[in-house]
Amino acid sequence: MEYCNCFESPWPADELLMKYQYVSDFFIALAYFSIPLEIIYFVKKSAVFPYRWVLVQFGAFIVLCGATHLINLWTFTMHTRTVAVVMTTAKVLTAVVSCATALLLVHIIPDLLSVKTRELFLKNKAAELDREMGLIRTQEETGRHVRMLTHEIRSTLDRHTILKTTLLELGRTLGLEECALWMPTRTGLELNLSYTLRHQNPVGLTVPIQLPVINQVFNTSRAVKISPISPVARLRPAGQYMPGEVVAVRVPLLHLSNFQIHDWPELSTKRYALMVLMLPSDSARQWHVHELELVEVVADQVAVALSHAAILEESMRARDLLMEQNVALDLARREAEMAVRARNDFLAVMNHEMGTPIHATIALSSLLQETELSPEQRLMVETILKSSNLLATLINDVLDLSRLEDGSLQLEIETFNLHSLFREVLNLIKPIAAVKKLYVMLNLSPDLIEHAVGDEKRLMQVLLNVVGNAIKFTKEGGISVSASVAKPDSLRDPRAPDFFPTHSDNHFYLRVEVKDTGSGINQLEIPKVFMKFVQSQPLAAKNSGGSGLGLGLAICKRFVNLMEGHIWIESEGLGRGSTVIFIVKLGIPARLNESKLPFLHKGPGNQVKFIFSGLKVVLMDDNSVGRTVTKGLLVHLGCDVLAVSSGDECVRAVSYEHKAVFLDVSMAAVDSFEVAVRIREKFAKRSGRPFIVALTGNTDRMIKENCRKVGMDGVILKPVSVDKMRSVLSDLLEHGYLVESQ
Amino acid sequence: MEIVGQLQKQFVDFSTSLNHEGFLDEQYLQLQKLQDESNPDFVCEVVSLFFDDSEKLLNNLATALQQQVVDFKQVDAHVHQFKGSSSSIGAQRVKNMCVAFRNFCEEKNLDGCLRCLQQLKHEYFLVKNKLETLFRLERQIVEAGGTVPVIG
Repeated sequence: MEYCNCFESPWPADELLMKYQYVSDFFIALAYFSIPLEIIYFVKKSAVFPYRWVLVQFGAFIVLCGATHLINLWTFTMHTRTVAVVMTTAKVLTAVVSCATALLLVHIIPDLLSVKTRELFLKNKAAELDREMGLIRTQEETGRHVRMLTHEIRSTLDRHTILKTTLLELGRTLGLEECALWMPTRTGLELNLSYTLRHQNPVGLTVPIQLPVINQVFNTSRAVKISPISPVARLRPAGQYMPGEVVAVRVPLLHLSNFQIHDWPELSTKRYALMVLMLPSDSARQWHVHELELVEVVADQVAVALSHAAILEESMRARDLLMEQNVALDLARREAEMAVRARNDFLAVMNHEMGTPIHATIALSSLLQETELSPEQRLMVETILKSSNLLATLINDVLDLSRLEDGSLQLEIETFNLHSLFREVLNLIKPIAAVKKLYVMLNLSPDLIEHAVGDEKRLMQVLLNVVGNAIKFTKEGGISVSASVAKPDSLRDPRAPDFFPTHSDNHFYLRVEVKDTGSGINQLEIPKVFMKFVQSQPLAAKNSGGSGLGLGLAICKRFVNLMEGHIWIESEGLGRGSTVIFIVKLGIPARLNESKLPFLHKGPGNQVKFIFSGLKVVLMDDNSVGRTVTKGLLVHLGCDVLAVSSGDECVRAVSYEHKAVFLDVSMAAVDSFEVAVRIREKFAKRSGRPFIVALTGNTDRMIKENCRKVGMDGVILKPVSVDKMRSVLSDLLEHGYLVESQ
Repeated sequence: MEIVGQLQKQFVDFSTSLNHEGFLDEQYLQLQKLQDESNPDFVCEVVSLFFDDSEKLLNNLATALQQQVVDFKQVDAHVHQFKGSSSSIGAQRVKNMCVAFRNFCEEKNLDGCLRCLQQLKHEYFLVKNKLETLFRLERQIVEAGGTVPVIG
């Protein structure tokens, strides 16, 4: 044997198997070498591959494996030691690299797998988004359709057009086979087929409204799928194919009366129409959710459009009616005016014509009285005279009234003696009263001035009339007349809300009350008393034979109104007597003005008490000590002080009788400015409100500004001395404001 | 009559000193002017009212300042009242003390307020004392048969 340091081939020298192994090894090696090449080629081609160095490792592993197999080729035959060494080295290296790669793959393969998972996930997501996109697009389509439909429907105010357009557009948008509208009849018990899409002139089918399917649809605001064989859906003759799905929705019919001013329409008294929509019968189409939504929206829009149309119709009708009424009223007014003018003319003429013979009769009868007459003749002449006088008075009254009516009567204003007027009237009435054994009382209030300015004659006429009536309707007891100056509060009669007596320095309101213990007046008759030609007690009138009864009180009322006053009767009922009260405005004679107002005298100190005597003021201060001191100060000056400690009390207590209100402004708990505002509001409607003066210990300019802003008449700085308060009061009463705010 | 003269002189001196020392100012004189036949006890009534009111206020102030959490607004309100009533009476020193007190209230200075309260009490009792003395003198004069002199 040669000593060649060779290794024996481990394999038996079986030729065929050897050959196969040899070839396989060769091909394996080839493959193993080409794999990395392919990988490198393709990786170079692809843009992204994150695991390059893994590839290197893997490449090394494969190459080494390939190398191993290649070298294996030489080991089939006897080989030298070098080859064995190389083989061993290769195998060792391969082992190392393979192990390393195996270890690495443990990390890599999960990553790779997750990549795959992510890819799958993304694919799913993409599919989902696609689906959603499809849906959104469909919805947008629907939205567009609805908008277009709404626009079409709302662009007209004609009911028929609205409905026809609705059906048409709905049919077009949704691809309907048939679309119909059932309207409730007048009775509300049936539904009448009013409009359909295909058949332009519906047959006039009616269906009772109480069907369960109809109730089902009416009870919900959603579109409801109904059976194609229900009576409302049987619109077409039965076809060969399966009828398409049918959907019905309610359409609210809103009336004008449903819209209250402040509320939304009441849902309980609704009437509904029924809209039925049919899909084409030979398609397998089904109602989709978005289509149902579309239908519901359209139904609502139709309801609104219909109600608009209805409202418009109503308002046009109302306007036409109003115009007609206006024309009629105008005509009536003109006719009335003409009638009044005609009557006044007639009255004036007739009075004049009638007056002349009457006056002649009176004159001649008086002359006749002066001649020699026998007793019967004298009696006759006296009767003639009396009757003529009565007639003359009546005619004069009528004339006065007609002049009063057309406003041509002027009051004759002059200064007269008020007290003597009353006495004269009573003197006139006393004889008649004495005959009926009635007492007559006169009470003149002490503050009633003696002289006044007004129409003496007509005032006397009014007084005479009222007093005369009192006497006439009284059988026993008597009458009492009282006259006084009316207080501002008592001037307001709740029955005459338009009577707003205004206060001023040159006038006063005379209030006269004539109370009698006579037959009284029924409450219901009171309004009629002042109406012309109405007599409530004809029998009594016959007995007393008074003068001008029919017109008397009406004329009194006119005169009193002319004197800017008010007259009314109060009575507790039949048999309980009655009281006639009237208030008239009289002037105060000018030259006596100064002495009427006692405040202007600026006398020396010991006359202090009398100057402000009885001047009513209100004082508000929440500090008890301060309040007592200021009250004492005002009382010392002669005022009648009402001291309060809270704003509410102050506002409540202030009245017309008070000439001034003093508000302490340094109070913490009460906002005096607010109180001032409230006081002004209380007296906002009329003049003559009390002066509002602020008392403050603070010399800050802001206080003065705020006082002025709030409308106070002045500011006084505390502490207040007697002299300062005196001058403040004088200033207020003389000038109406504080000359210097101190 | 000697006694009356003496008492009257005492009264005048005392009143003048009260004025000079600043216990009572012109306002008090105004109050006296308001007293007349129709209102003979006016000054006395007002002063008694002042005493009652002040004592109540001082108690309220003490309570308010002893609270865990002092409500300075409330304290200020009380002092404001006190200031008002003392200036209505003419108690000048009391009023000035109130003004200082209010400043401390604005600063929310508790110590300052407590100190002020003590001084306020002090001033109040001083002026109360003086007024009571004044009234006593007046009573003595009247009992002795004289008339109370009017100052100013």
